[in-house]
Amino acid sequence: MAAMTRSRTGAVGSLLAGLAVLAACGGSGGGGANQASAPGITPTSVTIGSTQPLTGPAAAGYSEIAPASNAYFKYVNAHGGVFGRSIIFDYVDDGYNPTNTAAQTRKLILQDKVYAMFEALGTPTHLSVVNYINSEKVPDLFVASGCNCWNNVSQYPETFGWQPDYTIEGKILGQYIKQNYSGMKVGYFAQGPNDEFGTDGINGLNDVLQNSSVTVVSPPQYYAPTAAGAMAVKSELAAMQAAGVQVIASFSIPLFTADALASAAALNYHPIFVVSNVGSDPPTLTGILTGGALGVTLPAALIGGVVSDAYLPLLSDSSNPWVSLFKLIKAQYAPSLPWDGNVEYGFATAYTFVQALKAAGQNPSRDDIVHAIETTHFNDGPGLVPFAFTSSNHLGYSGVEIVKIGPDGAAVSAGPVQVTDDTAGGAITSPSSQPAAPPSSGIPPD
Amino acid sequence: MRNPLLRHATVCVALAVVLVLLTYVFDAFTDYKIAGVAIFFIAAAGLTVLTGVNGQLSLGHGALMAIGAYTTSLLLKEQPQLPMILPLLAAIVSTGVAGAVIGVAAARLRGPYLAGATLALAVGLPQVAVHYGSVFGGNQGLPVPVPTPPSALGGDFPNERWLAWIAIAAALITLFLLANLVSGATGARLRAVADDEAAASLAGINVARIQVLAFVVSAACAGLAGSLFAYWVGLTAPSGFGLSVSLQLLSAIVIGGLGSLSGAVLGSFLVVMAPFTISDLAGNLNLSSDVANNLPLALYGVVLIVTMLAFPRGIQGALFSLWRLAKRNLRRPQAPTVSTTA
Repeated sequence: MAAMTRSRTGAVGSLLAGLAVLAACGGSGGGGANQASAPGITPTSVTIGSTQPLTGPAAAGYSEIAPASNAYFKYVNAHGGVFGRSIIFDYVDDGYNPTNTAAQTRKLILQDKVYAMFEALGTPTHLSVVNYINSEKVPDLFVASGCNCWNNVSQYPETFGWQPDYTIEGKILGQYIKQNYSGMKVGYFAQGPNDEFGTDGINGLNDVLQNSSVTVVSPPQYYAPTAAGAMAVKSELAAMQAAGVQVIASFSIPLFTADALASAAALNYHPIFVVSNVGSDPPTLTGILTGGALGVTLPAALIGGVVSDAYLPLLSDSSNPWVSLFKLIKAQYAPSLPWDGNVEYGFATAYTFVQALKAAGQNPSRDDIVHAIETTHFNDGPGLVPFAFTSSNHLGYSGVEIVKIGPDGAAVSAGPVQVTDDTAGGAITSPSSQPAAPPSSGIPPD
Repeated sequence: MRNPLLRHATVCVALAVVLVLLTYVFDAFTDYKIAGVAIFFIAAAGLTVLTGVNGQLSLGHGALMAIGAYTTSLLLKEQPQLPMILPLLAAIVSTGVAGAVIGVAAARLRGPYLAGATLALAVGLPQVAVHYGSVFGGNQGLPVPVPTPPSALGGDFPNERWLAWIAIAAALITLFLLANLVSGATGARLRAVADDEAAASLAGINVARIQVLAFVVSAACAGLAGSLFAYWVGLTAPSGFGLSVSLQLLSAIVIGGLGSLSGAVLGSFLVVMAPFTISDLAGNLNLSSDVANNLPLALYGVVLIVTMLAFPRGIQGALFSLWRLAKRNLRRPQAPTVSTTA
């Protein structure tokens, strides 16, 4: 009897699954007409919005991200769009000022009537509008910030992160330090002291390094992101030198990573630098060191030996098919952009968005794309690690690979790809899936 | 109407009716911009009393707005369900007290020294929020919930229109109180001190007391504006209160017409609305991203400079001259003889 029930349930189950497949076919490519199924969606276009630091203090580097995404959308549009719709990317400048973000986000949602927010950049800027966007029930996709605040499904059901958060990075970098520099003295250098970037990163490091085979030298040395000028952090580095720190774990933005490297060299101090992803993009660091942004011209070779992490294919890895695909599209649709980490970031998020829009179906509501991201894993994209998206987790990439920067400025793989979560004590494991090659069309398959 | 109290009340009620009707005509985003103009006007009107009427230059009003905004945000952090009137009143009181302290120091300073001291306030105060991050939320700031309209107004009443109503009410109450203050005996004392401190002192005016009073009134306005600003933005963070806020307030009252409250209205309108209009215009031109990104800022600067060059007494002064010119031309046929001086 029990067996029979089970088999009947099984039969009903497979019948339902079959119907679902049929329904999905009808919805996605079965010849139905395109409809204006949600705000921002017409039969021929889908409009999405974003606030970006096109001017102001964060414009250097970050202003390349949205144009790079737009170049990928232009490529997709030129090849038939998504379900025949062109993607219109309406990105506006907020100057990295939350007051402007508040006004511009309302312009995008109330006046321009975008279908979804995409890749809005910055922690303080986006925090000013995350409540508003959720109260308007507008999908808030792939915020360009590593704050773990975006992963809060009960409060922000519409909001999704994308890049691994700083705690995840801290844990995996910490594990590398523990395994490779056993018995050495480790010091922290971070943005702070009251800054979520530095604080979240240190939380991740501490989770692995406290009471381990290395000695953590306290207190951490902090820099204020407003401090400027050559060798602005020399006294912090001198303090670490005096404390005998051999490994510096650094959660710093590029300008201060470069300043720390230059200050250490000036002190004739040669620790091992382990730097978070956002502060270690080799082209950006080389530009700061050799371009005189620190007031002096320094050799690019200073970045040789820096240990960091990555969740996207390495920029200089020309054998990687994703890198060649993105460079090819960039050359045709945005030739004035450089090839650096910001541009790769813009391409990769745009690819994830197209995956999500396809998964949402031919005539999606706003809820459909949120549901599609929660249930589809998008693991055939450019990421080195899988996404952690579920209905209870809106985090994004769940891990990183350890890389080492050579004296020529090229980062090379230096460790396994690992995944974890941002809870204290959460295990660090190998990912369940391997990175995929891009489809030959360069556009996510249906 | 001879009685200024009655005249001011009539004007404010009439404005309230017109503005509330306008919020129904416009879409939600325009209502949001109207709220922004009203909030900005409250701070600009306070600065008009201090700088335009009493002659004390403040480059630090953005910091006073920050005090109001942080007062509100800290209260809401503890008590999220607080009715909106309480955080607004608390911001007025806390910023008024801060204004009294600063006013006592300012009463001893003149000209560039006063400008320098208030500039230091504008630059330094937001950093306090970063340094004591555990209380003030550091760089990422303190979130403020979106104010929602009472259910009696109906389920589909837009939040933006409700916020516009509150901001308009606060702005008109401020306008009414300040107009009465400036046109009364206290206004005469404020102006006397601005014109000649020694003469004012000889006439029996306590100069220091009047200067502190001007600072307290002006700061209380900035506090109210800062509190509403926190609701308008949805977040109170140091980056929202940079030096540019103080300078924008100053440009609003200069462009509008220094020393006049109606000038503050016009100046606030221009300073808040111009960036939106200009960036829409710039977006319609097909320009390379390096130019298009920076064009709105450049055009905004050009608009401010041209206005100041073309109308040295501000927009209000220019309108006033136009009005006098029109009146003279209308009267001319009745007076056939060549008119003497105007």
